Amino acid sequence: MKNTDIAAPEYFHKVVDCQWACPAHTPVPEYIRLIAAGRYSDAYMINWRSNVFPGVLGRTCDRPCEPACRRVRVEKEPVAICRLKRVAADYKDDVRERMPKPAARKNGKRVALIGAGPASLTVARDLAPLGYQCVVFDGDSKPGGMIRTQIPKFRLPESVIDEECNYILDLGVEFRGGHRIDSLKALLAEGWDAVFVGSGAPRGRDLDIPGRQEAAANIHIGIDWLSSVSFGHTTKIGKRVLVLGGGNTAMDCCRSARRLGGEDVKVVVRSGFDEMKASPWEKEDAQHEGIPIFNYMVPKECLLENGRLVGMRFEIVQAEYDARGRRKLVPTGEPDLDFPCDDVLVAVGQENAFPWIERDIGIEFNDWGLPVVDEKTMASTHRQVFFGGDAAFGPKNIIWAVAHGHEAAVSIDKLCNGEDIKDRPQPAVALMSQKMGIHEWSYKNEVMPDHRYKVPLRDKLVALKDIKAEVELGFDERLALQEAGRCLNCDVQTVFTTSLCIECDACVDICPMDCISFTQNGEEADLRTRLHAPSPNLSQALYVQDGLKTGRAMVKDEDVCLHCGLCAERCPTGAWDMQKFFLEMTHAGNSCRPPRRSAA
Amino acid sequence: MTYLAKPKFHHPNLPKNSLGYTHRDYEGSVSTLCAGCGHDSITASIIQACFELAIEPHRVAKISGIGCSSKTPTYFLGNSHGFNSVHGRMPSVLTGANLANRDLIYLGVSGDGDSASIGLGQFAHCLRRAVNMVYIVENNGVYGLTKGQFSATADRGSKSKRGVTNTDNSIDLVAMALQLGASFVARSFSGDKQQLVPVIKAAIAHRGAAFIDVISPCIAFNNHAGSTKSFDFVREHNEAVNRLDFMASRMPIEVKYEPGTVEVVEQHDGSRLALRKLAADYDVHDRTAALGFLQHHAAKGQVVTGLLYVDREPEDLHAHLHTVETPLNVLSEKELCPGQAALEAINASLR
Repeated sequence: MKNTDIAAPEYFHKVVDCQWACPAHTPVPEYIRLIAAGRYSDAYMINWRSNVFPGVLGRTCDRPCEPACRRVRVEKEPVAICRLKRVAADYKDDVRERMPKPAARKNGKRVALIGAGPASLTVARDLAPLGYQCVVFDGDSKPGGMIRTQIPKFRLPESVIDEECNYILDLGVEFRGGHRIDSLKALLAEGWDAVFVGSGAPRGRDLDIPGRQEAAANIHIGIDWLSSVSFGHTTKIGKRVLVLGGGNTAMDCCRSARRLGGEDVKVVVRSGFDEMKASPWEKEDAQHEGIPIFNYMVPKECLLENGRLVGMRFEIVQAEYDARGRRKLVPTGEPDLDFPCDDVLVAVGQENAFPWIERDIGIEFNDWGLPVVDEKTMASTHRQVFFGGDAAFGPKNIIWAVAHGHEAAVSIDKLCNGEDIKDRPQPAVALMSQKMGIHEWSYKNEVMPDHRYKVPLRDKLVALKDIKAEVELGFDERLALQEAGRCLNCDVQTVFTTSLCIECDACVDICPMDCISFTQNGEEADLRTRLHAPSPNLSQALYVQDGLKTGRAMVKDEDVCLHCGLCAERCPTGAWDMQKFFLEMTHAGNSCRPPRRSAA
Repeated sequence: MTYLAKPKFHHPNLPKNSLGYTHRDYEGSVSTLCAGCGHDSITASIIQACFELAIEPHRVAKISGIGCSSKTPTYFLGNSHGFNSVHGRMPSVLTGANLANRDLIYLGVSGDGDSASIGLGQFAHCLRRAVNMVYIVENNGVYGLTKGQFSATADRGSKSKRGVTNTDNSIDLVAMALQLGASFVARSFSGDKQQLVPVIKAAIAHRGAAFIDVISPCIAFNNHAGSTKSFDFVREHNEAVNRLDFMASRMPIEVKYEPGTVEVVEQHDGSRLALRKLAADYDVHDRTAALGFLQHHAAKGQVVTGLLYVDREPEDLHAHLHTVETPLNVLSEKELCPGQAALEAINASLR
């Protein structure tokens, strides 16, 4: 293998599994260390720069970082990254002074943002301080989009939404609430320099089964119902409620129903329990509140008596897989099952809907009714129109919307500066030794097995009585410190200098995970069979430095390295060093532009 | 050294031996020697050898004297028996233990100071008596604990870290072991585990006095230009006579060898040593030729390594003394005091 190029930002970035997995590439270990140090405001600001909504995400994120966490590869459960983020938001001081200031001078460019959800707000946050005049349009009277309308308040208090939306509006962003855009053509005609579409996936899928229309009064579309609950229009539901669907919306529906008078709430899903789209922790939360989940049941018809919904009939199915591994749900032949109910909430998926985008203005749509959008630049086929969040590629989650927003902001900034939007900026990277002295490192490197700490919950009886009472109380400072201690500091990298190595084997002998080998170089497949410990995880790189005095190469399998630094601690010559790798994505602004020739 | 404990985590796919142990189960507490010390590599090699041989830790007694080397038994086989004895007195303690309980595997760990200076007499007599043991000298040529004075194994003409030339003649423990009748004699290098691990395994399987001299660079005081025990010097002047593959008893020989390049030595416990010859005409069973070979190459400044001598029919102290098969420490009063009639029979035989 060739010598690993550690100067390429991707190499060490991939080693920081959580940061690599995060769509917005939040520097996770860095903020976790700051939390452990009690520097909550600093931790918050690192988050804020990268993911814009730390308080919201710390409660609601889909957490792609956690399954990626290295701790999963050496212990059972990942670090509670998401809930630590909330700690930063909960315990920070007043951070308003640290926020960017509204631009002193406008640059004369006007950007329209459609929908006031996380994607649009991210674009506005990135562009407003640069002098752009950003105007956000939304049909609702308050900003936040699905964050405000679809996430129940017992998971995300309104105060957090207000606070984090206001940080953005305070940058001089104009919010036009209650102003729905009905024609993109008309909007474009107003002469905006760029338009960003962050209108989400606002249409809940419906059921098409016998009795659906007749029972319409008691069958509600999940996201519409949640939104109605959120704005206080709906305050009651029947005692017996069926929730159809297995995603996170279904989980929010059933838990909300439980708080609005639903005593016998059931979730019924077509797929198997394990294949449900809902995050495992959301399923857990629902079950914790006494809501059973029935799987492999397909709704067949609505049962009516005297024109009123009294129950639903389900067909019992099982999963069969064809030769290509595709799943098919086939009836088992068992008799159908009836569940009596007063109300049904349908949460079987969301769709995009763009009735307000004229098809003759140069925006192409694909066969699924989604706009054709470039995954890197977020540009549509119209030069000035960009998409992001659920509006771009269908329903995803908040953190993806934020990531899209950052990229779209870069594109808009480049467009308005007459640059090629395909020319993307590199991330900012720093690599610095963490050695403080003999046996002294600037991070906690005593790695021990330690189980994940549980987030304290509000008493169930109290929580179920009040739809606005937040269920999770969040880590207290002591628990946060303990949970933060589980982070393996994957961003503190093992950096090897070939010329200093005397091949004494001290690192090989001390490494608790048998990561390091000194052997003849070879092709990767062959090399992986000759290492000190098995190397089955091909998704993790080998760090190769060839050219040692004996003709061998140092090969380190990054897979289960604990970043404990014992290799550096035991190295007599400093050939190993622990260096902190800090990577921040480059957002819109001067640093995303190619260097220009100065006037001189 | 380090103040950090080695994390309890281990690689999730570590191989296990027939006892269900990983190599981590053969570790001791974390080493307090200087970073990069050759002794730590010998420790790792002993761990690896015991792991590969699937030795039950309670069947090993590790006995040492005083010195950096003699500290190392703390760092391996944390669940074995151990005795950290007086300076240079490891051989007599080991001999006594071996006489009392012949069933254990005895691992004598010593250094060049412990064995070639203060304990030279003990070293000699223990080998003469053919105690069944593995006697490892972790040989760095300096007194590390007292900051790097020449030890008795430092080569004449080699230089100390501060540039002083050694004017004394050196003791070659391998040559002495050959003269004193050790039935298994090897030299290896801490920087070459591929050679060292099979040598340790073969020595453990050997029933007799097995002596291994392991050159082990002292990073702090003897790894400079002018030293003959440095990583660079040993790597440049290493004259390996053979490469050893150790095969546990009754296992078929899996590796294919070029005909004529390998000699298979069967040991008493059924294990086999496959010796791939590197030096032509080197006879691993010829004690006197080995001595000559050693001195010839030493004169040229070369460090001869590998399995240098192995006795096809080794005998040990218990055989010489005609002791019973049962370890003495488990004999009951009945066997030890057979009664008046037996005493009279003995007395009668002496009249």
